[in-house]
Amino acid sequence: MVIRLANVSHDYGGHGLLAGVDLHIAPGTFHFLTGPSGAGKSTLLKLCYGELTQNSGEIEVFGQDLRGMSRNALADTRRRIGVIHQDCQFLDHLTLAENVALPFVATGRPVPEADLHELLTWVGLERQANALPPTLSGGERQRAALARAVIMSPDVVLADEPTGNVDWDMSQRLLALLVELNRMGTAVMIATHDLNLIRTAKSQVSARNLRIADNTLQSAGSDL
Amino acid sequence: MARPGPRGSLGDAGRIVPRSGYTTVLTTLISAAMSFLAVFALALSLSSGTLAQRWSDTLAQTATLRLSAPQSEIGAQTAAVLEILRTTPGITATRVLEVDEQRQLLEPWFGPDLPVEVLALPRLIEIIESPEGFDAAGLRLRLSAEAPGAVLDDHTRWRRPLVQAAASLRALAWLSVLLLSAAMAAMITLAAGFSLAANAQVIRVLRLVGARDAFIAGAFVRRLTVQALVGAAAGTVVGMAAFALLPVAGEAGFLTGLGFQGIGWLMPLAIPPLAGAIAYLATRIAALRVLRRES
Repeated sequence: MVIRLANVSHDYGGHGLLAGVDLHIAPGTFHFLTGPSGAGKSTLLKLCYGELTQNSGEIEVFGQDLRGMSRNALADTRRRIGVIHQDCQFLDHLTLAENVALPFVATGRPVPEADLHELLTWVGLERQANALPPTLSGGERQRAALARAVIMSPDVVLADEPTGNVDWDMSQRLLALLVELNRMGTAVMIATHDLNLIRTAKSQVSARNLRIADNTLQSAGSDL
Repeated sequence: MARPGPRGSLGDAGRIVPRSGYTTVLTTLISAAMSFLAVFALALSLSSGTLAQRWSDTLAQTATLRLSAPQSEIGAQTAAVLEILRTTPGITATRVLEVDEQRQLLEPWFGPDLPVEVLALPRLIEIIESPEGFDAAGLRLRLSAEAPGAVLDDHTRWRRPLVQAAASLRALAWLSVLLLSAAMAAMITLAAGFSLAANAQVIRVLRLVGARDAFIAGAFVRRLTVQALVGAAAGTVVGMAAFALLPVAGEAGFLTGLGFQGIGWLMPLAIPPLAGAIAYLATRIAALRVLRRES
């Protein structure tokens, strides 16, 4: 099991946001997570990679209880999780290539420049390698975030509204990249409120659809 | 086709924390100012040491005997005193000061026309000691018996407070260096805290990609230590240049002797590495504390 949540609850400022959440993400699976804004989609993703700590319940990542992990162990676990934020979270003084290569630098490993070039080509950003993030378009930033999330060949990618700031064509392109990644064996979970994205994905990947409603995580089935 | 990308800097962890920003400028300025002041404190310390040594050397191993007696007895008592001194262990030489020498001693107070010859001045005898010195108490007892008008002055009462004053000055200078170091550590710690707060996005992104606390702290430590080194080097160079340009007035006094001499010029070069070490420790401790608190 890649990620397992059992009866997880989380409060935000004294307000109950998630209650009794159970979730299993197995290797190579594809999940959509949907729900209205403020329902707790981002919170659930943050719980999955340890940026937030649950109030109750258990969260296991790669078989390890997140709560009992040392700080170094948590950092090491995050290296196996690719995270894509809606706002991308780049270091604006570094070039796009440097930002994408950051997971290697931050873990003290030499940057595999050939792989980096190949990855930038895969996401269609080879020409923007030397550009600074503030000069990139929304779609370019999202693709760069995707490249950074997958450069370490993670076991799972957690994407928070990856198509939130891009047009329809670009969202389809990003989806295709994530589906391709999933076909290579990476588990993927996409949090999105874009139901059209989920519907179009049906023809490309067998995905499990989840929805947060009334503070709980429910299976959305195919009625989206 | 050449591959795009800044190949040389891709793996450069030193670029992770941006160089711009008021905290890095602040660190450089603090370091420069403190190092500049440290050069002065160091110069004061070295000069105090030299001064203490000079005073000690000048007055050590000499003593003066002052002999007061009626004019009719002065010759006999002088001979008696010289004989006592000759037979006293630890005294290598004695010399009766001439009239001209006494005139020179009194000239600053009474002018050049003082009729020393007709004045009933005490006879002054300079005593040169061996390195082991002589028994001043024993000599005084013998003198009181055989030459009651003789007063021995071994300069102790002059030398000791002067040497103590110089030693205190030197201690004060070293205390200044220590206080400057402590103040610099405190200010760089504050600057590190500001830098961490101002670069919260850097920390967030590094955590997101799996960086450990030690790596994140190291990125900030590198940046601020380099800035502290640059500032300290600049402050030290300016401080040394200031001393190099000070007017030289021989050995006229203490202030004119303030500065570095010979190998002493190498000592300020220790300031930048010291500042770097202080910045390294202060930043590392601050960074790890902040990272643990914010987790």
